[in-house]
Amino acid sequence: MTVPHVPSAPTLRLPRTAVITGASRGLGRSLALALAQHGTAVALVARHKEPLAAVVDEIRASGGTAFGLVADVAAPAAAARIAGEAAAHLGDLDLVIHNASTLGPVPLAPLAEGDEAALERVLAVNLVAPFALARATVGSMVLRQAGVQLFISSDAAKEPYPTWGFYGASKAGLEHLARILAAEVDGTGVRVLSVDPGEMDTDMHKDAIPDADPSTLQRPDDAARVILARLYDVTAASPRAERASAASTGSASAVRGSTL
Amino acid sequence: MNAASWPRAHVRQERLLVVDPESGRHDDVTVAALPSLLARGDVLVVNDAATLPASLQARTADGTLVEVRIASLHDDQRASCVLFGAGDWRTDTDLRAPPPSLAPNDRLSFAGDVGARVTSVSSSSERLVELTLLAEASWASLAYAHGAPVQYAYLEHALPVALAQTPYASVPWAVEMPSAGRALSFSVLRDLAVRGVRVARLRHAAGLSATGDAKLDALLPLPERYSIPAETVALVEQARRAGKRVLAVGTTVVRALEGCFQEHGRLLAGDGVTDLILDAHFVPRVLDGVLAGMHERGTSHAKLLSALAPSALLDEALTHAEEERYLVHEFGDHLLVLPGALPRRQLPASSRSPLRYSATIDAAGAADSSAALASTSANQSRKPFFFTRT
Repeated sequence: MTVPHVPSAPTLRLPRTAVITGASRGLGRSLALALAQHGTAVALVARHKEPLAAVVDEIRASGGTAFGLVADVAAPAAAARIAGEAAAHLGDLDLVIHNASTLGPVPLAPLAEGDEAALERVLAVNLVAPFALARATVGSMVLRQAGVQLFISSDAAKEPYPTWGFYGASKAGLEHLARILAAEVDGTGVRVLSVDPGEMDTDMHKDAIPDADPSTLQRPDDAARVILARLYDVTAASPRAERASAASTGSASAVRGSTL
Repeated sequence: MNAASWPRAHVRQERLLVVDPESGRHDDVTVAALPSLLARGDVLVVNDAATLPASLQARTADGTLVEVRIASLHDDQRASCVLFGAGDWRTDTDLRAPPPSLAPNDRLSFAGDVGARVTSVSSSSERLVELTLLAEASWASLAYAHGAPVQYAYLEHALPVALAQTPYASVPWAVEMPSAGRALSFSVLRDLAVRGVRVARLRHAAGLSATGDAKLDALLPLPERYSIPAETVALVEQARRAGKRVLAVGTTVVRALEGCFQEHGRLLAGDGVTDLILDAHFVPRVLDGVLAGMHERGTSHAKLLSALAPSALLDEALTHAEEERYLVHEFGDHLLVLPGALPRRQLPASSRSPLRYSATIDAAGAADSSAALASTSANQSRKPFFFTRT
């Protein structure tokens, strides 16, 4: 499948501050490392203290600024806590990356074998929690007439892959929520985008497709670099990510990572 | 007037009492009408502080329970706090049991094994203490992990932190919500933008409104830090030059802007501490009007209003509000005092303009201008009543 190449015209300056959820591994970790390398002060959110601390330490060891917040994005009051504590440490938030996601029960199963409680959990993490965090942070961005809300999505939001019902539906919902939020903030200077990073060699991918050949998957570091390069004025595109496409402000954009 | 016991679903439908000194009238409208009451080029200044969940439960060394309310955060580890006896917001503040007496070096322990040391006790009241967290704890992390928003007995339920925020809240400097800002919901902000009303921001550490100790209450508000961005100073000065009007959203904005002006003789971008008391001598130098919450007569809010509108009109308006059962407190209805009571003034920028009231000249404060920087005697900065016992 070919991917249209759209020349990117990133006009935003790199964010001074960013919050990344699901930042202890996979794409979240890669985005955090890449941003910190560019000088962004980052607040990292994850459920488990040790892997999160490892990423924070790695960033600090390279001279970057990072804080860890141990939290489950779907817990009650998590959004207010994440928004408040991140701002307490970093100041005004320039970028919020809604990356924390769950597949739901694995191995993935057909919808006819699923149950409501599991679907509700998937929706709580993948749709309701990003909404809550966006709600807690977008008002300040509107006031400042600046800022980015970035929602990490998936082509499972569009393609009817069997057994991907819960995850796919939650991401489809998330993408549409992002489109509507983008329309609502149109003209305020705040940007809202959703991004499909493409398939990556991560724990989540292993949980979903244990037999996948890692050499056919992107490294999350490469996907992270492409995503940031499309958003911000930074020379970041790696050769493998060259054929990425991007749409522009105000609508959900799909950045497809390349696959070999 | 009764307190609103819980946030209502639609801010735009909440009532707004408009007091218009130019026409000598007051009107009942809703928050949705706010943009239409202002003109293109007018400036609203808001306080973008988020509200910290500043109420924490703790134990003394002998296991006695206390409630600790952060009054003022100095840095990650040091804070001024007001202590209460065991209990929480469900009991009327004035009926709360007093806390045990603490002395410097006494320890308090919080949830999550976080400890703090009393570094001093206020000479004004032993309920007001300086606390320093031990180890690598931070007040923000402790508050968000184990704290709850400061709230009062007229609320129906425990208030989730998310509901104690203005729509545009950013960095958690406030220990109580700067609630006048609730009126500027997302859609009201959009309508204001369409109307051409500019919204500028500053940050002010809105403090506690009650302490349970009459002596301490008499000292409120305590000195509170603020920060004014350069673009806000520019917006306000530009509005004044163009003959446009500047309104504060809430008393915390008044304290920050007028406090800054009082200290420096002009608006100056940057950080400061304001101990401005809005009393009978207060004369606004920066602001033309104010959007506030609805409050009872005799409160400090009422004093601010009387600086911006004739007392007879205000009195009539408040009587009307009482008759019409407007709701008060942080989730209550709203009041707008439109510009009109005071003559339009140019803000001094690079040169000083003569003050309108008698003043003592503070020659030591004059910096870069040939005109002396004057400061008022009535509102002369009170020394912070900081702690003498250590």
